[in-house]
Amino acid sequence: MSDVTDLLIKLIPIFPLVAVIVNGLLGNRYSHDMAHRLAWGSVGLSFLCTVAVFTDVLRTGTTHEVIAYQWIFGGDLTINLAYLVDPLTCAWLLVVTGVGFLIHVYSVGYMHGEAGFTRFFTYMNLFMVSMLLLVMGNNYLVLFIGWEGVGLCSYLLIGYYYDKVSAAQAATKAFVVNRIGDAGFLVAIFLVFVNFRTLDYTKVFAQVGQLSPEMATAIALCLLVGAVGKSAQLPLHTWLPDAMEGPTPVSALIHAATMVTAGVYMIVRNHAIFDLSPFAMSVVAFVGGGTALFAATIGLVQTDIKRVLAYSTVSQLGYMFLGCGVGAYTAAVFHVMTHAFFKALLFLAAGSVIHALSGEQDIRKMGGLSKRIPWTHRLFLIGTVAIAGLPPLAGFWSKDEIMAHAFMNHHYLLYGMAAVGALMTSFYMFRLTYLTFYGPSRMDHHTEEHVHESPMVMVAPLMVLAFLSGVGGLILGFPPEHGWLHGFLAPVVGAAGEHEASTGMVFLLMGVAIAIALMGWGLAHFLYAVSPVTADGWATKFSGLYRTLLNKYYIDELYDLLFVESVKRLGKLLDWFDRTVVDGVVRAVGRLADLGAFGSTWIEKYIVYAGLNVIGYGNHLAAREGRKMQSGLVHHYAAIIIAGLFLLAVVVQLVVQM
Amino acid sequence: MLEELTAGFPILSCILFLPVVGAAVLWVVDDEDTVRSAALTIALVELALCLFVLLRFVPESAAMQFTERVPWIPALGISYHLAVDGISVLFVGLTAFLTVLVVIYSWDTIRHQVKLYMMCLLALETTTMGVFVSLDLILFFVFWELMLIPSYFLIKLWGGGAERHYAALKFVLYTLLGSVFMLVGIALLNINFHEWASLHHADQAYSFDFLDLLSVPIPVSQQMVIFWLMFLGFAFKAPVFPFHTWLPDALLEGPIGMSVVLAGLKLGTFGFMRFSIPLLPDASKSETVVTILVVLGLCAILYGAWMALVQADLRRLLAYSSVSHLGFVVVGLFALNYQSLQGSLLTMINLGFSTAGLFFIAGFLYSRQQTTQLSAFGGMAKQVPLLATFFLIIGLASIGLPGTNGFVGEFLILLGAFEANWWFGAVAVLGVIFGAAYFLWYYERSMLGPLGTAVRVTMSDLQIREMIIAVSLSVMILWIGLYPSPFLRIMNGSVQALVERIHHDQTAAVGGPEIQQRK
Repeated sequence: MSDVTDLLIKLIPIFPLVAVIVNGLLGNRYSHDMAHRLAWGSVGLSFLCTVAVFTDVLRTGTTHEVIAYQWIFGGDLTINLAYLVDPLTCAWLLVVTGVGFLIHVYSVGYMHGEAGFTRFFTYMNLFMVSMLLLVMGNNYLVLFIGWEGVGLCSYLLIGYYYDKVSAAQAATKAFVVNRIGDAGFLVAIFLVFVNFRTLDYTKVFAQVGQLSPEMATAIALCLLVGAVGKSAQLPLHTWLPDAMEGPTPVSALIHAATMVTAGVYMIVRNHAIFDLSPFAMSVVAFVGGGTALFAATIGLVQTDIKRVLAYSTVSQLGYMFLGCGVGAYTAAVFHVMTHAFFKALLFLAAGSVIHALSGEQDIRKMGGLSKRIPWTHRLFLIGTVAIAGLPPLAGFWSKDEIMAHAFMNHHYLLYGMAAVGALMTSFYMFRLTYLTFYGPSRMDHHTEEHVHESPMVMVAPLMVLAFLSGVGGLILGFPPEHGWLHGFLAPVVGAAGEHEASTGMVFLLMGVAIAIALMGWGLAHFLYAVSPVTADGWATKFSGLYRTLLNKYYIDELYDLLFVESVKRLGKLLDWFDRTVVDGVVRAVGRLADLGAFGSTWIEKYIVYAGLNVIGYGNHLAAREGRKMQSGLVHHYAAIIIAGLFLLAVVVQLVVQM
Repeated sequence: MLEELTAGFPILSCILFLPVVGAAVLWVVDDEDTVRSAALTIALVELALCLFVLLRFVPESAAMQFTERVPWIPALGISYHLAVDGISVLFVGLTAFLTVLVVIYSWDTIRHQVKLYMMCLLALETTTMGVFVSLDLILFFVFWELMLIPSYFLIKLWGGGAERHYAALKFVLYTLLGSVFMLVGIALLNINFHEWASLHHADQAYSFDFLDLLSVPIPVSQQMVIFWLMFLGFAFKAPVFPFHTWLPDALLEGPIGMSVVLAGLKLGTFGFMRFSIPLLPDASKSETVVTILVVLGLCAILYGAWMALVQADLRRLLAYSSVSHLGFVVVGLFALNYQSLQGSLLTMINLGFSTAGLFFIAGFLYSRQQTTQLSAFGGMAKQVPLLATFFLIIGLASIGLPGTNGFVGEFLILLGAFEANWWFGAVAVLGVIFGAAYFLWYYERSMLGPLGTAVRVTMSDLQIREMIIAVSLSVMILWIGLYPSPFLRIMNGSVQALVERIHHDQTAAVGGPEIQQRK
């Protein structure tokens, strides 16, 4: 059985890889139908393999390590392309292939009629390959291939509409900002190698006890830099909202459900190192908590349906980091999974809205859609309730667990940040729902005429996701702290922290969480259903604050000024320096040689010329063109060779004397 | 069977002289198309010979292989000594590979004096091969110098820029100046050998033979003098920052074919690895040398990348990206440990596919727009999707994306540098960020976005010959990136020997048996 499982593990990334190669090379030679069947079919097969592998892991409780081949080696370094499948990997694999499959199917409808249809699916499959390598690798370098591979696919898919300037710029920005994180990650990899002489997880974590606390902190913080880049946390969050330039399925798959959670995966995978450094842990927690709150405030006022969801993603990722930072690894993974369900649902439903409105994304130009696209409306509403944190839907359980963990471990400040963030989450999500689906229609006439419900191929995946958003929390993590997922992940991250939680306390915290979610809903209901005038009034009254939030705290502008522009300016200065100073010295030396040449003409005539037969031959070859330059060239040659001979004589003399 | 047949066959001499003999044969051909086919045939036969050598090469071995050794000027100890080992053999293959691609590229892009051009190109191939396979320092120096002649004329006669005469002269003089110093260094090596030989009453009074020179000890103070003399030769050629200003001029003004060779074959850094480090290990590992060289390398990484960021001309950008990549190589060389040396060697080979490949891309763009200025590009992906795709693939290799060859080399260098001294690695890693920035920003402005106003509307995508070039480069890029094993195995033995030599206390120990045996 184990052999079969090993084979299945190897096959998981191979299916989409084959699809990439076939679609990439032959994509335009055959019909779109073939291309998309291959694309989602391959992911479907990966999903089936994943399920088989998962059942095996679940049944036997074994961890599989499979070596594909030797990749980089030499000296005492050996790095294999190899896979490690344990419960943590399984959790991610199920999300990646499962949600990935649904999104691929959805894309068949959403991308129908696009010019780059096969290109889209080729990139999506390449993304699947990279993401699978990322979560399946048994060492840091395979993780890193996947890490940069998903970054590349993100780049390609954000820039999918590459003739649009904003898309092209967003793509470059995403890649470069990610690379900042990647540089940190690379340093972490080097530190790991220098300390352990290996990059394999199992060997590293087996010896992790030898690390000094300082070194553990250094490695953990460098890893965190990587995670912050990939998961769009403060201060490297700016690329994710811009990434919404990509097609909506991309936003759902890459920029919500899977890739951006890679940072969380990395931290949980390396929890043995993080656990050694309380300092690094609190940095993780505060980065997470800060981002959760910060992104939520921006989400309050955004007017683009996808951007609201993007900031919401940044904010939710903050919760996951917060969870990691307070040691609630299982809760963080739990939130990754539930978030994958409801955020994919929300994005795809938003895509369905955009699809219905012929590309309109501004919520100020929507409204009253609940009757026109009833299925999308219902599904979106489920997603909203799930993310807002109302039981028994998925988001409640996972978010509450993270917050409860923070509270029980006396991180009251973090708890407070998370609680305020949760209030805002509930508010901006219901605001989004009200503005999109209720109230009077604000669509223009032309758009309104063409509103239509999406085809079944798009709605069906949404239903599956809605089902998971509905009951996923109960299946995976009920009862809190002792759910199925907790038991499953215990071998990797250890059993849940034993905090002396009285049942009463647990229920109290749940009650608070529910109250917060309801408050957010109530406020949104008041402002956008009951008294819309008040909302506008507040915007005018606090216009400074409102504009700051609308402009995302002007952070993009600040970064442009501080980094982009100054780097360019300095570059221009360097260019001047290179031409005038560095090259100037060279030209000055050249002129000196000219002078020397003048004085040495006669030596050249009688002594050197004989030695220049070689050059003579060359000149002969190019007599026509070369004649003009010839004399000058010979002069230079002569000068240099004479100088050289002189130098030779001097040095030889000196050496002999020594 | 095959082994016996080929045992005494002077295959390296064949590889060495086939192109130049071929060039002589071209002299008598008049028809331009025949010249092209003949040149391609010669280049392909040469490549086949090199592939044979690569296939017969015994991997994981430090030994010199395919050795040919004939006395040339015995009185001075100069011999005709050719051989390859794990350090040089891949360069031999790379040279032949790139020459084939350049001939294919030049097929319809060189329109005047085709014969002369092909002759120069083949002569250049011979001299370059000579640099890689010579184990006698005088022989090496002869090829090193001869290389300048075809290069000079290639830049001067077929260059596209108005400043090509200046660029050609600057290139030749710069290199020449450096090599004069190098010659002094070589002479000192010989003198040192002579002193040692007279002291020990050896049969041989003089030698310029690399293996002989390896076998005698050199006082550290002498090593330092020789190191810096040879440094000038190799650093000017490489070019190592701040001796790089001839490079942007030569690459911008010269023909694409020449740029490919100049940017793709890293002769200067090869010189460090082949001669400076093994011959002068004590100098190479001295704190002064390591500090200066690594600092120069780090400066080159950042300076080159920063300069590349603001260039508007693709060829100038590539020139500075070359400077940046060479910075990585230099840092790797003078971090002096296994991973860093292996990474440097692999990176030198990699640049023959990625940087040289980007020059081909620049050439494809030049064929379409008659310039490589950014102002002539914009939004071209829509019109030339294949070109844009290969531009991206090769470009990503050049910035070291995992899965491409660039990553394997860069990772090993950074890892080694980090092991040697953490701040070497920490500074070098910044190059990773800059690399992404300069390449992708240029790519965004040239290929993406709306169609540029200066872009011709009727533009054809890659033609068959261009496809051959782009595809073969991409195949190599992905091969080395995903399955570098054959390449690493070829290098490992020699890299291991080099590391042992550097970190061995007795400089004379390695190579000792060689001279005994010859007595």
